[in-house]
Amino acid sequence: MPLEKFSYDNRTVKWFAYACIGWGLIGMLAGLWAALALVLPDMNLGFAPTTFGRLRPVHTNAVIFAFVGNGIFMGVYYSLQRLCKARMFSDMLSKIHFWGWQAIIAGGAITLLMGCTTGKEYAELEWPFDIAITLIWLVFGANMLGTILRRREAHLYVAIWFYIGTWVAIAMLHIVNSFELPLSFLKSYSAYAGVQDALVQWWYGHNAVAFFLTTPYLGLMYYFVPKAANRPVYSYRWSIIHFWALIFIYIWAGPHHLLYTALPEWAQSLGTVFSIMLIAPSWGGMLNGLLTLRGAWDRVREDAILKFFVVALTCYGMATFEGPMLSLKNVNAISHYTDWTIAHVHVGALGWNGFLTFGILYWLLPRIFSTTLYSKKWANTHFWLGTLGIIFYVIPLYWAAFTQSMMWKQFTPEGQLKFQFLETVNTIVPMYALRAFGGTLYISGVILMIVNLTKTVRHGTFVANEPAEAAPLPKVFVTHGKAHWHSWIERRPIQLAVFSLIVVGIGGILELIPTFLIKSNIPTITSVKPYTPLELHGRDIYIREGCYTCHSQMIRPFRDEVARYGEYSKAGEFIYDHPFQWGSKRTGPDLARIGGKYPDSWHYNHMMDPTSMSPGSIMPQYPWLFEDKVDKTLTAPMINVMRKLGVPYASGYEKQANADMEKQAQEITASLQKDKLPIQPDREIVALIAYLQRLGKDIKATH
Amino acid sequence: MKFINYLESITGVSVYPLASLFIFTIFFALATFWALKADKGMIDHISHIPLDDK
Repeated sequence: MPLEKFSYDNRTVKWFAYACIGWGLIGMLAGLWAALALVLPDMNLGFAPTTFGRLRPVHTNAVIFAFVGNGIFMGVYYSLQRLCKARMFSDMLSKIHFWGWQAIIAGGAITLLMGCTTGKEYAELEWPFDIAITLIWLVFGANMLGTILRRREAHLYVAIWFYIGTWVAIAMLHIVNSFELPLSFLKSYSAYAGVQDALVQWWYGHNAVAFFLTTPYLGLMYYFVPKAANRPVYSYRWSIIHFWALIFIYIWAGPHHLLYTALPEWAQSLGTVFSIMLIAPSWGGMLNGLLTLRGAWDRVREDAILKFFVVALTCYGMATFEGPMLSLKNVNAISHYTDWTIAHVHVGALGWNGFLTFGILYWLLPRIFSTTLYSKKWANTHFWLGTLGIIFYVIPLYWAAFTQSMMWKQFTPEGQLKFQFLETVNTIVPMYALRAFGGTLYISGVILMIVNLTKTVRHGTFVANEPAEAAPLPKVFVTHGKAHWHSWIERRPIQLAVFSLIVVGIGGILELIPTFLIKSNIPTITSVKPYTPLELHGRDIYIREGCYTCHSQMIRPFRDEVARYGEYSKAGEFIYDHPFQWGSKRTGPDLARIGGKYPDSWHYNHMMDPTSMSPGSIMPQYPWLFEDKVDKTLTAPMINVMRKLGVPYASGYEKQANADMEKQAQEITASLQKDKLPIQPDREIVALIAYLQRLGKDIKATH
Repeated sequence: MKFINYLESITGVSVYPLASLFIFTIFFALATFWALKADKGMIDHISHIPLDDK
């Protein structure tokens, strides 16, 4: 069989590598800024785009979709070509994929800072971006599948299975979670409400972790760890079982994010059972990676790349052991809403994703520049800075989480709550300072890497098209041993792609059905009424400012929570919440029943300067709410969109909505006037106060 | 826009999640069976693919 000559495209790999590094640094700096703002609230600058509530989504989205996202594409474009012995299917698609993805990231970062958000964690980008992401994802899929079809290697290595699984699952998750009805160019409302929205969102959130932060990186691990160790993976059979077990079980575990919430009991239990089962494939994968280094441990002592891989795999093991533990109800009762969650995800993000990415960058960039790494010593220094950074990041947060959770739950002998919420926050602020120190160490390591890689690149010569040769696939398939159904399908890549799509697709669709049936499990509460127009505007401000990043709206049925916040939350209270705003972290207290707890004047002063009402508060100031006006032209479309989504506003109500809104605003203005706090009724603060004063009051109403 | 209603009208809709679990379990069992029984020569060949890309 004559060999065919072709070349590998290294240019796209290089672009994605640079984008990964650049956006990674920006995303991490945004995280550091947000972390510092918790210690020094002045760092919010009294300026809307730099407040915690807007920086935090920029940080999470940048790290997940820009740093890790570009890291995935860098690794996939490098390894897929070599595993298939074929150039990427289309240079044009590669280009569209690269620039399209960067445009989404840049636009996403800007609009998030502007306050355009759907208010659903890790899916905050607004609807035009959701459509763009879908299109670019299709481009990526076409390019990947095209390459697989043109391959010169009969068998698909396990890494490619992980890439295909990732592609199919992310496409499904993204589309299902992004059902929303646009209000304007950069504002939409989730098609789901309350419990249903929460279930879809965390089905998405959980699986985004599974299929964006885990499966593609496992694919990369199965390629780059053997490459760097120069030996095949410990057990290939094990890796196949790992793949199927992981995608099978992961997708069922989502509801564990909603334990003790108003979610039906059976869904919570199902989530827990599957979460525990997840330990098996996760640890199987970790051990498979670590055991690949058997007999090469002497090299691990010297080779920074292998060190990064070992710590990455260890962090993967830690995070995937911790995850199932956190899904146990009794552990979750302590961990939920605390910094434990933040520590947990950072073991994964800093350790697993970060360190695997750094290892790959150190391995890959010198190769495509046909040179060697500028300084191995610096790479080793980076390794230690990063490792210390992770330790200084997570340990204080675990400490903070335990401390705060225990303080929340303490009662005096007289049966009173022992600590005010603010006391528990002030106790852990020193831990936040240590966490920021850990983050600084980690980022200084990244900067050292950037210098090291820049010098490496300067010393090398870029090989844009790496020559390669391989024999084309034979027409007659050579079987190993007995012919088998699997080898039949392996020779037919189109059927294989369609088949795997059907398998994952059927599973995905069928698993979603209980989610859509949720409504039948929600007891209706007749006194729960739709929001007034002014409250709707206030709610949009609440979402825009990212209040949900620090405040939950979900009181769990625990003695301390009921004593602190009031009657526990009922599923029926959220049926008009498009999107739900349960939150996942209590840096501030729960707000589910804040309505009527304080006078309007308290909220006015508190939003102007939180420390005036709560000395020691770390909440940002919101001075612009007192200047900016509510956009009345949006009221009618808002009512129309909500009605389309199933909120029962009477037909024609949109015409009188603005009049109702003005009336309610006048009432609030009058009550503020009594306390000598003059404000125009058309200001945003008035709408926000209206919304906050409504929260949780409906079930107390008597009808 | 209310997806729920379409699904609620399907009779015996609760069988779908069970069917899903069933399909996945069977598929997973088959995949595991294949992985354990697959020919050693082929497994060796595949596991070496990343290493002989030159």
